[in-house]
Formats: sequence, structure tokens, C-alpha cells
Amino acid sequence: MTSLLTYTFKNLPNTSKWALRFSSQTKSKKTLAKPNIRNIVVVDGVRTPFLLSGTSYKDLMPHDLARAALSGLLHRTSVPKDVVDYIIFGTVIQEVKTSNVAREAALGAGFSDKTPAHTVTMACISSNQAMTTAVGLIASGQCDVVVAGGVELMSDIPIRHSRKMRKMMLDLNKAKTLAQRLSVISKFRLNFLSPELPAVSEFSTSETMGHSADRLAAAFAISREEQDEYALRSHSLAKRAQDEGLLSDVVPFKVPGRDTVTQDNGIRPSSLDQMAKLKPAFIKPYGTVTAANSSFLTDGASAVLIMAEEKALAMGYKPKAYLRDFMYVSQDPKDQLLLGPTYATPKVLEKAGLTMNDIDAFEFHEAFSGQILANLKAMDSDWFAQNYMGRKAKVGLPPLEKFNNWGGSLSLGHPFGATGCRLVMAAANRLRKEGGQYGLVAACAAGGQGHAMIVEAYPK
Amino acid sequence: MVASRAIGSLSRFTASRTLRCSGYICRSFTRASALLTRTHINYGVKGDVAVIRINSPNSKVNTLSQELHSEFMEVMNEVWSSSQIRSAVLISTKPGCFIAGADLNMLNACTTSQEVTQISQEAQKMFEKLEKSTKPVVAAINGSCLGGGLEVGIPAAFDMMLTGRSIRADRAKKMGLVDQLVEPLGPGVKPPEERTIEYLEEVAITFAKGLADKKITPKRDKGLVETFYLTEMTSYALSIPFVRQQIYKKVEEKVQKQTKGLYPAPLKIIDVVKTGIEQGSNAGYLSESQRFGELAMTKESKALMGLYRGQTQCKKNKFGAPQKEVKQLAVLGAGLMGAGIAQVSVDKGLQTILKDTTLPALGRGQQQVFKGLNDKVKKKTLTSFERDAMFSNLIGQLDYRGFEKADMVIEAVFEDLSLKHRVLKETEAVIPDHCVFASNTSALPIGEIATVSKRPEKVIGMHYFSPVDKMQLLEIITTEKTSKDTTASAVDVGLRQGKVIIVVKDGPGFYTTRCLTPMMSEVIRILQEGVGPKKLDSLTTSFGFPVGAATLVDEVGVDVAKHVAENLGKEFGERFAGGSLEMLQQMISKGFLGRKSGKGFYIYQEGVKNKNLNSDMDSILASLKMPSQPDVSSDEDIQYRLVTRFVNEAILCLQEGVLATPTEGDIGAVFGLGFPPCLGGPFHFVDLYGAQKIVDRLRKYEAVYGKQFTPCQLLVDHANNPNKKFYQ
Repeated sequence: MTSLLTYTFKNLPNTSKWALRFSSQTKSKKTLAKPNIRNIVVVDGVRTPFLLSGTSYKDLMPHDLARAALSGLLHRTSVPKDVVDYIIFGTVIQEVKTSNVAREAALGAGFSDKTPAHTVTMACISSNQAMTTAVGLIASGQCDVVVAGGVELMSDIPIRHSRKMRKMMLDLNKAKTLAQRLSVISKFRLNFLSPELPAVSEFSTSETMGHSADRLAAAFAISREEQDEYALRSHSLAKRAQDEGLLSDVVPFKVPGRDTVTQDNGIRPSSLDQMAKLKPAFIKPYGTVTAANSSFLTDGASAVLIMAEEKALAMGYKPKAYLRDFMYVSQDPKDQLLLGPTYATPKVLEKAGLTMNDIDAFEFHEAFSGQILANLKAMDSDWFAQNYMGRKAKVGLPPLEKFNNWGGSLSLGHPFGATGCRLVMAAANRLRKEGGQYGLVAACAAGGQGHAMIVEAYPK
Repeated sequence: MVASRAIGSLSRFTASRTLRCSGYICRSFTRASALLTRTHINYGVKGDVAVIRINSPNSKVNTLSQELHSEFMEVMNEVWSSSQIRSAVLISTKPGCFIAGADLNMLNACTTSQEVTQISQEAQKMFEKLEKSTKPVVAAINGSCLGGGLEVGIPAAFDMMLTGRSIRADRAKKMGLVDQLVEPLGPGVKPPEERTIEYLEEVAITFAKGLADKKITPKRDKGLVETFYLTEMTSYALSIPFVRQQIYKKVEEKVQKQTKGLYPAPLKIIDVVKTGIEQGSNAGYLSESQRFGELAMTKESKALMGLYRGQTQCKKNKFGAPQKEVKQLAVLGAGLMGAGIAQVSVDKGLQTILKDTTLPALGRGQQQVFKGLNDKVKKKTLTSFERDAMFSNLIGQLDYRGFEKADMVIEAVFEDLSLKHRVLKETEAVIPDHCVFASNTSALPIGEIATVSKRPEKVIGMHYFSPVDKMQLLEIITTEKTSKDTTASAVDVGLRQGKVIIVVKDGPGFYTTRCLTPMMSEVIRILQEGVGPKKLDSLTTSFGFPVGAATLVDEVGVDVAKHVAENLGKEFGERFAGGSLEMLQQMISKGFLGRKSGKGFYIYQEGVKNKNLNSDMDSILASLKMPSQPDVSSDEDIQYRLVTRFVNEAILCLQEGVLATPTEGDIGAVFGLGFPPCLGGPFHFVDLYGAQKIVDRLRKYEAVYGKQFTPCQLLVDHANNPNKKFYQ
């Protein structure tokens, strides 16, 4: 019966008044379970404190951080190591020594060496991809228990020799005789020594993300003041959440050779006056995106334990949430680089048969204040929906009182590969704390991609 | 373009003290403007900033017309007199165009140089007042800003004045022409073009405010000369008259070398700049307006303006939209032409199959396309990513797979009728019914190619010029059987490939090759008469041809030239006679095929810029030597023997209906064959030079050489009636 209802739901345009009334009536009863598909749950999830790059984690390697998250998860859930069928981690800037960072971290954390692990990458939604890959493995019956996570260590990045220098070094390797070696070395020029940094700009457009965010804010006519105000909100809410102990996914991490890190260190509520003093960071001198209204470079790792519902129950767990419908989208990487949430939100809601009104907790990734505000404006624009998304009407504005209530990437930090799991755990924990049923997670990513997922609270 | 450059090229030479910002978008998009009290200019005040919006009615572009001048002055006077206004922003509400230069119609309407001088002086007054404005004026430029349009915001730099170069916004910033760049925006809650202009205006207003409040100082308030020769050292050197004289001399020499003295404008510009610097700006202004008036009345100016109009006409599809837009193109033959055609298609987003019969030939063609695109990456007009995306539109293959989905096939195989027949039959066996079959040939009649076709209404000729990615012209050839929709489709594809298009009737040599051949025949005769290739080249280039006649034979290929000359010689008989084909035959037998074989009249070596004469040609030339005719062998006569044969044949093409209009004849000759642009093409040439004079010349040569120089009836008609003009 439930499934039949859900089915009818999905075929209704989500703007229909009838659907609205109907959904609000059934709100607390309906669950998004689907016939013949396994229910998949998040048992729990943890993360290391997110730190500004170049602070306490600066001497670590990425797999150290990932290992800390995995150990924390083991400790928090007491899951027997050999029950885990598979481990998936997301990361963006890869350390060349540990290109499959999931495997190195898992081995170090003491997981069974019989548990395979792989690493995925999808820019800022890498750990979202890790989680949804896990969902796929479980839903298709391949696995019952999967650990998904993500890690990013921006304190150290792979800076390479230039292509010319690399070519010379490789040629030198092949040279057999002294004469050959000398002839290779004779080609050396001083400019070979200029290093090559990992790209900060979009490969396809050569535009940095901050620059694109500034243009996006201008396209949606979002002022500097609005952006600063939003950033201040994020920091203030994060500060309150931290003070009230709501950020329960954070696990302390004893950094070798340093003190134990217990909390995020990027939360710094300032004042609008202070923020107004900053100069634009990308489009100079008249841009609106500044260091204060952008997310900062962050080190951190996160991990969640995902199981088939019946497995979790059989093992005696009380899961936190169901992972429901999810959606990946992509669009023009030049002018709509950061509009992923706008595109993904209506689609995932439609897929789940929900409307904006059904959502109790919104957890959107905050890359830039301007990006969040542009997405909000786009979601609230019929013109944009009709002209760029091929939809009849806008999806609507998420109510701000339900939006990123415990801070977001602007204040908590944004380790690229690890943010997705933080968003899901924030949604799950908020639903438990605040008593709602549905959470919506959404994020944008480099390459003009985006993601959204419905998180449903597990009945108490 | 040519014309607007020539006109826009007369510029002021002092800098204004305004701060400007610029951005660019290249989409054409027109929007009805709100209620306007004035027709060209709408003006409002935001805080203490006057925002002056330019929007010429019923036009895609804003041009400097007299109405715009007077309205602009009216508004500026209000701005200057108002105590409330402290600064001003100048902006166009047309996306993609600030001011495209002077209004050609306005200049065309003038009959005397005094009238033009008058207009120019009025414009100068406007610029001068702007320059001396006590309130800061920020020009917010969105899109093309040419000629006088540039002057409104920006003092033009030396180099740009002379050659009318197009400058991208980022380079303009580097050159110091503009102070700030605003990048175009993507979609928001309104169309991107609209929002970009709003944003540009917002940014400009903050700058205007900042300038008025003295919070921002314009970095550059030096005169032009300083901005041009950036360092202080050179600016000191320029204060010494002797150094200045040397510079004038140098610039004049360079201009003289580039223009061969055929284009009067650049030299006059130098003259005006000189007057301005040596005798003060008032004298400079006076001299500028007078010279401008004189220039506007020259034949060259009329020819170039005519050419500009013709080019605009040939950028339109007068056959209407085709029933089915070509989405999948296939090119047969990956040679120089085939690969060139593929390149200009894939870089416009057309899916293109490139087919050849062997892997090495195909690979060469693919490499040519890649190189063509990659060269643009090196010049920074493309990103490597864009190059890759474009190159992905190209599929190279050796078989006919996928041809069942082709909407158009362009064959560019060797110029051999039986081969073209075979290819046509093979192709028709695999393509769908609606697919157009186009043949790229320079001389084989399309009707003959179509004889083996099951569906001759779908067969058409598309004659591209080499190198395809550089040459603008496309000659489309229709047979009696070609359907209108097929023509519409071919023109549509050509326009998408960025070509200027003429549509002509089928016949031996069509239009372009047919005009060129008698001239080439004359080239051989002149060589036989003992004029050396170098001398011949210099005679033709000094007449205005971009490439010398002997060099042209080398570029075209000696074998191709002979092939065409033989074929057309058979068709047209005595009229195409002249030099002996034996010369080409001997060159071919010795392997002197021109540039492609490394030797022709000249020797071509990779990396060697100065080409040397091929001394092995001496014996060939000596063996075929003919006595020269002293009466018709002066330098001028040699030039006119070449040109009149060309012109006579072109007019005959119009007489016979091969050409539909004189415009297409002029565009084809200038853009395809390098007919001197300063003469405006054969038909403009007859109009401006006088039909009688040309007939007189032809008669003179006819007396010596016979029928080859007999003027055609249409030309004689024009000579007999001086009121008859090709362009009224």
C-alpha cells in the first residue's frame, strides 16, 4: 500500500496543490522505502576536527587523517572489523605515494587485509560519491556493510617538477652510457626547475572557482553586504553548535608529536564592519568575493558506516538515518559552475515524491556565500527554471530557519574530499535533535557538477 | 570591415583624462528599449552620476550619425551644467556593441569633401569637449568599439590607427587602452546579455563616483605618445625634434612598403599626427578634419565602402533557410582542400566525417586540422580545451560507415572527372535521400559531374579557396537541375563555416577560375616576352594585387594551372590564348610544380624567408622567348594587359548570366583571387575608372594581339553610355 502511494506520488507534478496538501497530511507517516529495494541505513558517522590548512595537521599525510577517521568510526560504532565488506574513500588532490588512500588508511586502521578498498574522486562531492557507491553495492546485494568516507590534506600538495624536467629525468633513467647521460644533461635549462602546482582553476575554462563564484554572484545581483551577512550567519551558527556540543560527529584526534585536537578551528564569528574591510580576493578591484565570505583551505577526514537495514538490526544497531534517493547533475562549467544544488534539488525531490515543504533539515555545501545565495535565488526564480532547467516553475526557496543550522563549509571548513559525509551526518543528527523526518543534502563541485540526496530519519 | 577601418582610422592623437572600463561579449541580441525622450540617447541620474545610454533605433549597432552627435552634445551640456551631477557614465544598451564607428550612410550621402570635413569637425568638437570635461566621464564598453566609437572612450594608439587592427579586450587592457575589464556574466534571473550590461553599468558607476570623490585616480593621464613609447627614456628622446623626424620617416617607410602607396589614408594619418605634434593640437585638429574630408571623397574610399557593403550582402542567405539543417557533414578526400574544409567545419561545431582511402593520407589530413586548431591555441585565440572539443567533432575513417546519417557530403578528391564520377556513384549508394552532394572543384563543370547522379537536383558545386581556413570566399555553383533547397543548404553550411559567399551558374571555370585564366595566359606571354618573374611580381603587387602573378602560379601549382588552362582553352578557344602552355609543360616535366614541390619560378625552402629565383628556369624561359611588342610593353601597359583581360572576362560573365549581380563579381574577385581591394573589384573598377578608358586600353592591345582583347558587348555598352553604371 505504501509503495503504491509512493508510486502515485512520483508521477504528480510537485507543484500541484493537491500533492502539497496530500504530502503534508501524510508527512509523518510516509517513508520513502521502495518495493524490492533494500533499505539502506547510516549506522553512524564521525569526522576528525576540520582544521585550517597549515595548522596542527600540517606534518601528516592524507592517509594518516583518513586512518584517524576510520579508527574513530570503529571506536564509535564498535563494529567488528571483519564484518566490513568494503571500504570507499573520496579525495580530490591525490598524494602520489598513496594514490589509493582508502586501502592505505584501512590497512593502517587495522581493518582486515581481506577487505577491499578503493578511492573515488569527484571534486567537492567525492565523499558523496563514496557513499552513493556504497548504497549501490548494498542495494544490488553485493555487500551488506560498507564504510564510506573522504579525506583532504591541503597542508601538503603534490608539487611536481616541470614536464621538461620530468622528461629529462626519465630520459636520464634510460641512458646507459656516460656519453648518453651527458647528452641528456646538456639539454638542461634553468627554466626546467620551475615547479608545477596542482591546478586551482577549472581545466576546461582556465577560470578559478573564486572568480567564477564572483561572476555568479554578479549574475544574480548579490551584493557584497548580503554575502558578508550570510558568512557571518554561518560562523555564528557554527559557533553556537560547537558551544552547545551539537557537533557530535567530531572525534578527538591525538596528532603524533602534538596536542590532541578536539574541535574545528576555522569557526571565527567576526563583525560585518571587520568583514567589509577585506579586499576582493579574485576580481580586483570591484569584485565581491573575499576571504571572509569564502570557504577556506581545510584539512580533515570523515567516515560513515553504511549497512543494509536488516543487517544493522540483526547486529543490534539503532541506525541514525536511511539514505534515500540521490541525484547527480552536471551543467555548463563556465557560467554555471556552482549551480549544482539548484539543478539537483528539484530532481531529487521529484524522484522521492517530496516537495520543499516536506524537508525539515537542509544541509547545503557552502563553497562561497555568493554561491549559496545565487543557488537560493536560482531556486526561487521561475525565469531560471524555465529558461535553463526546462522546468515549468521554480522549485522554491528553502526556508532559512531550516538551512545549515549548525554552520556550514564557510565556518566549519571544507576538506574537499570529506565534506559530503559531514553533510549527511549533520542532516541525520539534526533530524534526531530537532525531530524532523526528511533531510536534504546538496552540494556543488568543480567541473560544473552537483549532487543531492534525501536523508530520512530512522524511527526512534 | 575594410571600409569601417579606413574611416575609423583617422584618429585624435591626444589622450583624454577619463577612466574607462570595458568588457566584451559577442552575441548579437537586440532589445527594445524603454520609453525614450531622445531617439539615440537616453539619460538618467543615479545619485550624483549621470548615466548616458546610447541606443540607435532600428539598428543592431550604434553608429556615429549626426543625430547621435547632436543629442550627445545636448546631454553632455546638461551634465556639465548640472550642479547635482559630479561624474558621468557612457554606456550602450545594445549588447555586444558600443559604437561601431562612423555612419557609412552619412558619409555616403556627402557629395563634397567640405561636407565630410564639416562632419568631422563637429565630431572633433564633441571629442574635444569630452576630453576637457571637468567631470570624470567613464566609458563602459561592451562589445565592438571601432573607429570613432573608440575615440569616444579612448585615444587610439599609433599602430591601431594605421592598420585598423581588431583588438581583444584583454589586450586592450595590456596596451593601456582601457583601465578595467568586466567579464561577461552567465545566466542569473534574467538574460545574461542584459544582466552583463547592468553589471557593467554598476561597476562603471562605482568607478565614476570614485573618480569624482578622488578615491580613485586614473593611472594613465599621459599623452598618446607616452603611452605608445612607454618608458621615460623614449619619452625624453621624443622631445628631441631630430629623433621625431627619424621616427616619422621610419613609420612612413614602413607604411609605404605595406601599402605600395595604393591606400592614401595611412600616410595622411601620419601627416596629421605630425602636424598635431609639431604645430599644436588646433592645427592638428584642422588638418585632421580636412584630410578626412579629402579621403572620404577618394576612389579608394568609395571602392572600399562598396566592398564593405558587398561583403555584408554576401554574408546573407538569400535562398532562405534550408528545409533540413545540416548536422552531419562528410568530406571525401583528406588532402589540403578536404582537410581545410573539415577544419572550418569542426571549429564551428559541425560534426564532420573525413574520409580518405589510405591511412597515411588520412593521417596527414587529420594532422592538418589539428595543426590549424593548435596554431590558434598558440596565438591564444583558443584554449587547449576548446581545441580538443573541436577536434572531437572530426571523425577520420577509410570507409563509408556513418554516411547513412550524413546531411551533406563535400567531395574534395583529385580534379579528375572519372574519379569524381566514381566517388559520386559510391557515395550515392550509401547516403540518405535528403543528403546534398557537393563537389569542390576549381574548374570541372558541375553539370558534367552530375551526369552520373541519380538525383542531380541534390548535386551542387562548392569551390573553396586554398588555404581554406584563411581564404574567406566560397563560390557556390548551381546547375540547371540543382534545386533551390540544395542551394539554400550549401549557402547555409558555407555561412556557418564563416565564408563570404557568391552563387554563380555552372560553366567552364565558373566565375573565378574563368576570370583568372586569361590573366594567367597573359602572365605566361609576358614572361615569354622577357619580363622576369621578380619584375612581374613587383608590377602586379604595386598595382594592388596581394600576391605577385608569378608567385601566384607557384602557389596555385603549375600542374593545376596547366590543367585548367588546357580545359578552358578548349572551351573558350582564341579568347583564352596568349602565352604558350609549353612553358608549363616543360616546368612540369622538370618537376617544378611550384611551392608544393619546392621549386617553381622560385625556390621554396622550409625556414627560408627570402625566396630566390629558380635559376633552372632560365633555359626554359630562353627557349620559349618571344619578341616583345614595344608599343604595349611599358610597365603600365603590362599591368593593364593583365587587369583588362581579367575585367573583360568578369563583365562577360555578368553578360552571360554566370554572375547574378556585379556585387558577387567584385566580392569573388577580391576575396577569392586577390583583385586589388583598393579598386573595389572589377565592376567597381569600371565604374570608378571609367568604362571608356578601359575599352580604349583593350582596343589598343587588340590591335597588337587580336581577339583576346576584344571588349565584350556589355563593357562596350557602358563605354558608349557614361550614365550606365554597375552600381547606381
